[in-house]
Amino acid sequence: MLVFAARRIALAFVVVVGVIVVTFIVAHVVPGDPAATWAGPHASASQIVQARKFLGLDRPLAVQLVSYLGGVASGNWGVSIHTHRSVLSDLLTAAPPSLELVITALVLAIVAGIPLGLLSARRPGRPADQAIRAGSILGISMPIFWMALILQLVFSQRLKWLPAAGEYSPSLLFTHPLVRRTGFPVIDALISGNLPMLGSTLKYLILPAIVVAAYPAGLIARMVRAQVLDTIGETHILNARALGFGEWQIFGRFAMKLAWTPVAAAIALVFGYSLVNTFLVESIFDWPGLGSYAAASISTLDTPAILGVTLFVAVAYVVANLVVDVVQAAIDPRIRLR
Amino acid sequence: MIETPTITPPKAAIPRGAMWRGLRANPLLAVGGGVVLLIVIVAIFAPLVAPFPADAGTATHPFEVLKAPSAAHWFGTDQVGRDILSRVMVGARVSPVIAVIVLALACLVGIPLGVAAGFLGGWVDEVIMRVTDVFLAFPPLLLALALAAVLPASLTSLTIAIAAVWWPWYVRLLRGQAASVAGRPYVEACRALGISRLSIIFRHILPNSITPVLVQVSLDVGGVILTASALSFLGLGAQDPVPDWGLMVAEGQNYFTPDWWLVTFPGLAILVTAFAFNLLGDGLRDLFDPRRSFLR
Amino acid sequence: MTGNNRAVTGRLAISDLTIRFGSRQVVAIDGLRLDHAEILGLAGESGSGKSMTTLAVLGLAHTVGANVSGSIRLDGQELTGLSQEDLRAIRGRRIAAIFQNPSTAFNPVYRVGTIMTRALALHGATKSEAADRATDAMRQVLLQPDLMRRYPSQLSGGQLQRVAIALAVALRAEVLLADEPTSALDVTVQAEVLDLLRDLRESIGMSILFISHDLAVVAELCDRVAVMRQGLIVEQGPAGQVLSAPANPYTIELLESVPKLAGTT
Repeated sequence: MLVFAARRIALAFVVVVGVIVVTFIVAHVVPGDPAATWAGPHASASQIVQARKFLGLDRPLAVQLVSYLGGVASGNWGVSIHTHRSVLSDLLTAAPPSLELVITALVLAIVAGIPLGLLSARRPGRPADQAIRAGSILGISMPIFWMALILQLVFSQRLKWLPAAGEYSPSLLFTHPLVRRTGFPVIDALISGNLPMLGSTLKYLILPAIVVAAYPAGLIARMVRAQVLDTIGETHILNARALGFGEWQIFGRFAMKLAWTPVAAAIALVFGYSLVNTFLVESIFDWPGLGSYAAASISTLDTPAILGVTLFVAVAYVVANLVVDVVQAAIDPRIRLR
Repeated sequence: MIETPTITPPKAAIPRGAMWRGLRANPLLAVGGGVVLLIVIVAIFAPLVAPFPADAGTATHPFEVLKAPSAAHWFGTDQVGRDILSRVMVGARVSPVIAVIVLALACLVGIPLGVAAGFLGGWVDEVIMRVTDVFLAFPPLLLALALAAVLPASLTSLTIAIAAVWWPWYVRLLRGQAASVAGRPYVEACRALGISRLSIIFRHILPNSITPVLVQVSLDVGGVILTASALSFLGLGAQDPVPDWGLMVAEGQNYFTPDWWLVTFPGLAILVTAFAFNLLGDGLRDLFDPRRSFLR
Repeated sequence: MTGNNRAVTGRLAISDLTIRFGSRQVVAIDGLRLDHAEILGLAGESGSGKSMTTLAVLGLAHTVGANVSGSIRLDGQELTGLSQEDLRAIRGRRIAAIFQNPSTAFNPVYRVGTIMTRALALHGATKSEAADRATDAMRQVLLQPDLMRRYPSQLSGGQLQRVAIALAVALRAEVLLADEPTSALDVTVQAEVLDLLRDLRESIGMSILFISHDLAVVAELCDRVAVMRQGLIVEQGPAGQVLSAPANPYTIELLESVPKLAGTT
């Protein structure tokens, strides 16, 4: 088990290095001369040459790459053009709200997706199955930014059931201000015993979380259905039936335990995808996370920030996959006994 | 994206009767295929069928601004008075074309690399797969976004950005196919007889791979369309006046609260298109891999 | 003679059993009887309906979409027509089954011991009772009890088949339906499993329905034999009689297809 984990960690490390290299390459695909851009439109030729030297762009590409790698490892991810702060510190501030959103969405997706997938597999071909399948495909076909706008319109503007945007009710800023410690609004409200704020943060979380949960829920339901149906014809299921186990035990326990492996892999995948999906919805919901930061960086053409976000999310994705792989090996003997 | 079809073993040609029975028993395929066909027809004939085809171009109508849906304008008009129905119809040409180009490029790059990796094995396999793994370590939208952000915003940049991100899946798929075929006894026999590797590739590996590639492509179209519309929404793709659906949603955002039709219809078009292609892809997968059929 | 005019009695009594897929009939058994401490061989080619019969006796034919009509009695109690809930109490506990491919018969993500204790608990044993009975049963099938902690992939085919039999023993089943239990095993391992089945008949009086396409094995093991062809029982009787003096032409065909060493009959 430890050997497996060690091997996977080493592999992940290699992949991360590769990711950094690819990000570097993307950074240097920029057409035009970055030195000229930096120096400004009225710079003279010699000033541009000076700029190039200053930015280190006159060094051979390999040297630039090594220096970039070193920079990333030591925490120097560049300076954001639109916030004028270190990109890394920007990212660390922006990450918790996004993580809160994504984790909540994943929890919703799992709680909805797994039972629906099981139900679907229980009576394949019947109306419930068809409906769930259609719903799942709808979930994975949904343009998330559109869904955000529509839900905002319907539930906020028209029905007034849920708040439109923000992390919490602005009126509470004065009466029950939020003391930020971890950066996660819900957790901060919880640990400081700020109940009105807790209620508010939860309420404001609902709509964005539902929007982000649509794709994962659809994917998980489909995955569970497919995996369970794949195993249901196998002899060990017949054996379980012959031993007297009931259908729900068979689906919910025996078949599901087998399905966990690919479903867990799917969860890692949708974690990464959802983190990127927040880029599309955070500005709609005024959610101050990585997504808003990314959207702002894109509209101001803030290249260091864009690359910083890319690197950050990609590394988070690699880590998530690593964690899932190791957990999977702990649960499923077939993986570690291979 | 992770839903690659299982590797299909080489089988005898499917009898025609079975194909038709499969179609009738497979409502997903029928509905998905039907809607896709409709979208393709609309896309091809849009300039002829759309009520105000010029509105998909540079025409503006300052006196018809922000009109709600009516008999004259079924989908209403936008902030410069253009008929939204016409723009949506002509916009049907944008996304599918991007999808076709992206997937063609992905196959063009991914198939040879995958076959090389799976068939030749050894260090070729290792190198190709490590590079592929690195690209797969990025959620697709993320890397496409980074690329599109550093390139000047246009449909071309968007297409290149997405294509650069989509090929790894095809490398993996073909590698699996090639490796599975390469390990078979009859291939060993072929080699023993002195038949060239290239010949084996073209006569055995590629024909067996057509089905899974076809299924993967149809499953991917929806994903590419969603990615493309997301990037356009962020302003990284098509620019005004191109009637790209994602761009239309972005432009309509500011007017959304009273004038809901600017956002609703283009977004609905994205949803329906992605949905139809996903149904089609699912249907094809069920058709070619009967083990997965819901009938059992 | 198929015995359709005699009242079918015995521990497990099947009469007028038909199994259908829609309008297509796949099995039609007039009468089949399995007594206490008896091994009945059900022989025939693949596709003759032997496995469907097993499913029908377990009340699981509906899981593959088949309809069952007729009578299946266990110790006089009628099984067809019972609710699934009632049948679940009988499955495992009174009628056990083992299948052809032992390596796929156990859920790969569970330790074999866990499946045993869970099954025992399902049928009313307490945790400690279950552990004890499982351990005893393992010993009875000549396996070390600590093998219970292993996963199916860590046990050989022969060992897994014994674990399957141990399950039946631990549950104190009266009837064991053995569907081609040795077909996937090596000859030497096969012999061990057959010995075990004989032993169960002697020691606890288990009734065993031994299904096989291999007449040689049937001849060696079974007390009585029923020959099945395309869903019908074409011949039934004591093993010695049926196999040395077959009355039905199909039985003769089957016997002739068994490879023999030169110089023996």
